[in-house]
Amino acid sequence: MLMDRYSLLQKVGIYCGIALFLLFILLPFLEMFRTSLMPLSHLFHAPYEIWSDEMSFQAYHDMWVKVPLLGRYIWNSIFIAAMVTAICMVIVTPAAYAYARLEFPFKAQSLGLFLSVNMFAGAVLLIPLYRLLNTLHLLNTYWAMIVPGIAFLIPTGIWLLKGYLEKIPKELEEAAYVDGATRLYTLRRVVLPLAVPGLIVVGTSVFIGAYAQQYLFAITFNQIDALYPLPAGLNKFIGYQSVEWNQMMAAALTGVLPVMLVFFFLQKYLVAGLTAGAVKE
Amino acid sequence: MADITAQTATAVTTASRKGLTEAWFAWALILPAVLFIGVIVAWPLVETIRLSFTDATLTKANYIGLANYQQLLSSPKFYDIVGRTFFWMFLSVSLKLIIGLIGASLLAAAVPGRALFRALIMPPWVIPIAIGCIGWMWLYNGQFGFISGMAQRFGLLDGPFEFLAYKNSAFYSAIVTDVWVGTPMVSLFFLAAMQGVSRDLYEAAWVDGAGRWYRFRRITVPQIMPTIVSMALLSAIWTFNSFDIIYVLTQGGPRGGTTTMIIDAYKTAFGNYNLGEGATRAVAIVVLLSLFSLAYLRILNRVNKHYGVK
Repeated sequence: MLMDRYSLLQKVGIYCGIALFLLFILLPFLEMFRTSLMPLSHLFHAPYEIWSDEMSFQAYHDMWVKVPLLGRYIWNSIFIAAMVTAICMVIVTPAAYAYARLEFPFKAQSLGLFLSVNMFAGAVLLIPLYRLLNTLHLLNTYWAMIVPGIAFLIPTGIWLLKGYLEKIPKELEEAAYVDGATRLYTLRRVVLPLAVPGLIVVGTSVFIGAYAQQYLFAITFNQIDALYPLPAGLNKFIGYQSVEWNQMMAAALTGVLPVMLVFFFLQKYLVAGLTAGAVKE
Repeated sequence: MADITAQTATAVTTASRKGLTEAWFAWALILPAVLFIGVIVAWPLVETIRLSFTDATLTKANYIGLANYQQLLSSPKFYDIVGRTFFWMFLSVSLKLIIGLIGASLLAAAVPGRALFRALIMPPWVIPIAIGCIGWMWLYNGQFGFISGMAQRFGLLDGPFEFLAYKNSAFYSAIVTDVWVGTPMVSLFFLAAMQGVSRDLYEAAWVDGAGRWYRFRRITVPQIMPTIVSMALLSAIWTFNSFDIIYVLTQGGPRGGTTTMIIDAYKTAFGNYNLGEGATRAVAIVVLLSLFSLAYLRILNRVNKHYGVK
């Protein structure tokens, strides 16, 4: 359409802007990748040289030897985030439906209280959480890193999913009731199948939250080596004498690669999904 | 005729059955969420308040009244930390919103390759925060890091500069990293909101001869304002409580230069195991954040009324 046409100058401006923006966003990754290819002796070399004639993928091999549990750390990260997401969605879905469809006493107040949970980061409540997990004998288990994470993702999950469920036409449910279906049956067989795209978007954003923020709970509630998620496990590359920067970067990039690939393909749906959830006002 | 009457009767009984049980059904659906939040958030909050009146360590907890609060409020260091935390929040959130808005506008432009560009801004958001910070730590390294190295090559620095070794440079370096972590999500939400704006508005303005900048100012920004204000509040709360970034980069140092309230609370509680004093600092965070949120919402209401929004 004519309105969307850019002059040459505008196009150049847009591409330059995007390039600058992407440079800021991707710089750490580019530098991590470059570092992972360099021999350690060339890294610890001043003045700074971008290029080395001895670049190789050696670090991607050595890292598994230097930190034998690396594969375990990568798996732990994904496992913890996946468990948080699964449990969170089981709790969030019915609650979001209640707020989207039903009328009940204290509806607005209770939703407001849920949303105010956003004000408490896990770090604020660590002390009693530590004692609670200790009492329940959950310290130094996967649960210590899963359970607290769920609680802080529930409110946003309810809020996002509520937006989706409100868009499903009410008439379908009414029809089911007229046919004599119970509430629970209607929720399971009529509403949930229609809500699948919304569930995927909300599940994805819950996963991102769980995956991004596992460091704090891991370093506070867990001391068992084999249970550490990747961000905490990377500390193993820091030795008494020196830091194996090239292997640490190689391990970091390898560890996040599977998740990044998945999001790379999901992002189109995610942006579209965020729109769907946001427009409803 | 009889059929219709019977049908109506069923519909009526269904409706009344629904009405009777609706509240119970709703609460049953919400119960798991309530229980979870109750055990993991509400109870620990009450417990934090209780502990703040004690001298709790790992082994003891004696009631000592307001002593922790008196001590905290009479320490000049605490006011430094509060001031630093609010400065940290305002600066970082402003940058995230401004860069996010510019970034979203660029990514919304209808140019070839935009799908790829949108995918490429996601990484800082989807990887563990602590891992991104390790990358930045290496960038900030004075002897062997990229930034110091490049600055020397282009004559901006005479010698190696350790960005994380001095109070001010460490603080602003941490801000840059925090903005880096937070901007992709802000951009994507703004982008999503921009795509929800009706094209008719733009076309009408375009027919009337309005330029791009005018359309951006008068259509895009007002239309996505609800997203901007809610993002600003959420982002402010998260930034206020931002832990991983500072902890990985500097652990609050050098000489307290990057110690925000959350770092102070953590180090007091888990560095020295002064759980009581740590709890007092946690309560201070909750109180200040609540006051800030209330003030923000109140100002927002006034602004909305002034502009006649809802």
